[in-house]
Amino acid sequence: MLPFFAYVGIFLIIPTLVVVIAAFLDGANRPTLANVSELAEPYIAKTFWNSIWVSAVSAVIGAVLGALLAYVVATGDPDGLVRTTVSSASGVLAQFGGVTLAFAFIASVGPAGLLTTWILGAEAAPTWLLSLKGLVLVYTYFQIPLMVLVFLPALDGIRPQWREATETLGGTAWDYWRHVAVPILTAPFLGALLLLFANAFSAYATAAALITQGAPIAPLQIRTAFSSEVLLGRENIGKALALGMVIVVAIVMTLNSMLQKRSSRWLR
Amino acid sequence: MTDLSQTGAIAGAVVPPGPPRPGLRARRRRTLLLLRIVVLAVLGAFFLFPLLALLEFSTRGVGEDSPRTLDAWGRIVTDSTLIPAIVSSLQLAVITSVVAMVLMVPTMIWVRLRLPRVSRVVEFLCLLPLTIPAVVLVVGLVPIYAWVRYLTRTDSILTLSYAYVVLVLPFVYRSLDNGLSAIDVRTLAEAARSLGADWFTVITRVVIPNMAQAVLNAALLCVALVMGEFTIASLYNYVNLQVAIAQAGLADANMSMAVSLASLMFAFVLLLGLSFVGRWRRRHGKAAA
Repeated sequence: MLPFFAYVGIFLIIPTLVVVIAAFLDGANRPTLANVSELAEPYIAKTFWNSIWVSAVSAVIGAVLGALLAYVVATGDPDGLVRTTVSSASGVLAQFGGVTLAFAFIASVGPAGLLTTWILGAEAAPTWLLSLKGLVLVYTYFQIPLMVLVFLPALDGIRPQWREATETLGGTAWDYWRHVAVPILTAPFLGALLLLFANAFSAYATAAALITQGAPIAPLQIRTAFSSEVLLGRENIGKALALGMVIVVAIVMTLNSMLQKRSSRWLR
Repeated sequence: MTDLSQTGAIAGAVVPPGPPRPGLRARRRRTLLLLRIVVLAVLGAFFLFPLLALLEFSTRGVGEDSPRTLDAWGRIVTDSTLIPAIVSSLQLAVITSVVAMVLMVPTMIWVRLRLPRVSRVVEFLCLLPLTIPAVVLVVGLVPIYAWVRYLTRTDSILTLSYAYVVLVLPFVYRSLDNGLSAIDVRTLAEAARSLGADWFTVITRVVIPNMAQAVLNAALLCVALVMGEFTIASLYNYVNLQVAIAQAGLADANMSMAVSLASLMFAFVLLLGLSFVGRWRRRHGKAAA
């Protein structure tokens, strides 16, 4: 018991407090708001905005396609090959971020990628993979499987009796979706959407491996601050950036747990 | 878990036999089948293509129109930075899973047996790393690592395992929690206690053998996560497997693609094995019951 709390205290709680407190300290440990007000600087605000945009778009795409895939799986044979393969593969692919994922997409749609050379020929060298749209595409690769993992239990919780009850009462398929399935699934869907958002927002490795120059999104801005903060004499900008990220993720996860409480009323 | 698959079995039977309006049912079933095929084909292509592209890229020869070659795969073993990085990552994986298990297994058993009041606190702390991005942890851990280096007088890459244990906490917690929920820990412990066993014996010889599957799961998850870790190592300038792959990408693209695919396959086999073992156990357990 004691070792656990000691370990978690030293390597999890103190670092978090360091970020939160040092964000409000200057180089000489005097309290200041300069670091935090730096977050409002256009170039930093822009990276946060970009991060939110990439996370939101990849979360929406991942949620919609993931929900579709989960629906296809949930309506199929529960012990069938499709379900076994999809749920196992989702478990693996949801964890699959980082350098290898970045390289897989460079090999596919990078300047010399397989798809690029097929469609455009060898001489074309598009750079859109390194843009925000490229990030969205790459992030989708782990967002869809995560959605399947999170949303499949909710779909499994839908009881066929509810559909039968609708039909017995003379309802059509539209009535069933409009008045039964969609209202029940809305809360878990939105909860999963928020989880996907937080997942993309915190992701660092994939973007870092893909974009080695510059820092269009917040985690990469932390990289820049982290590797140059001593030189610039602005010691705690990185901590202010980190605090900004923690706040965004904390808001999203709080909303997520509120939605989870709501959805547990119908789905167990 | 068992409940889930059972409700899944019911949800699978959305179309019951002997429908009142056969035409409508058949049409709905055809639409569903079409939807299934389209969704599975499109998404299947989306997920398989990048992997195929990795394979294709890693077997490219030098220059235009040169034949397929496995040279890049051969260079993995001869590369001077890659092998030490792989060894480091494997060492980190072993240390992290051992430390995480030693820390978490007794704690979680003890909480379940004796201190259920703190279980919410432990759960909150264990799941906290999911909410704190790794890159934030890197920033916050700087002073801690300064102290660790000062106290242990070492700057080895293996010090990364302190941070990695925190990183794997949520996954270890979930796996062990599932394992503990599946057995009646309290009754087991009471039975052992009334037969005269002390608490140490209860934990090591009664409870742990009954949750060996969960411990193994958690340990393999640790290995997979540590082998894939990039963020913390790269920001602290340590060369683990993923950092080495990223660096190789700048010098020898074909080889970096080959290692990417190899490390991916390693994780695939590890995690797929995990999920199939879990599935087999569940079905096996159900049949026995």
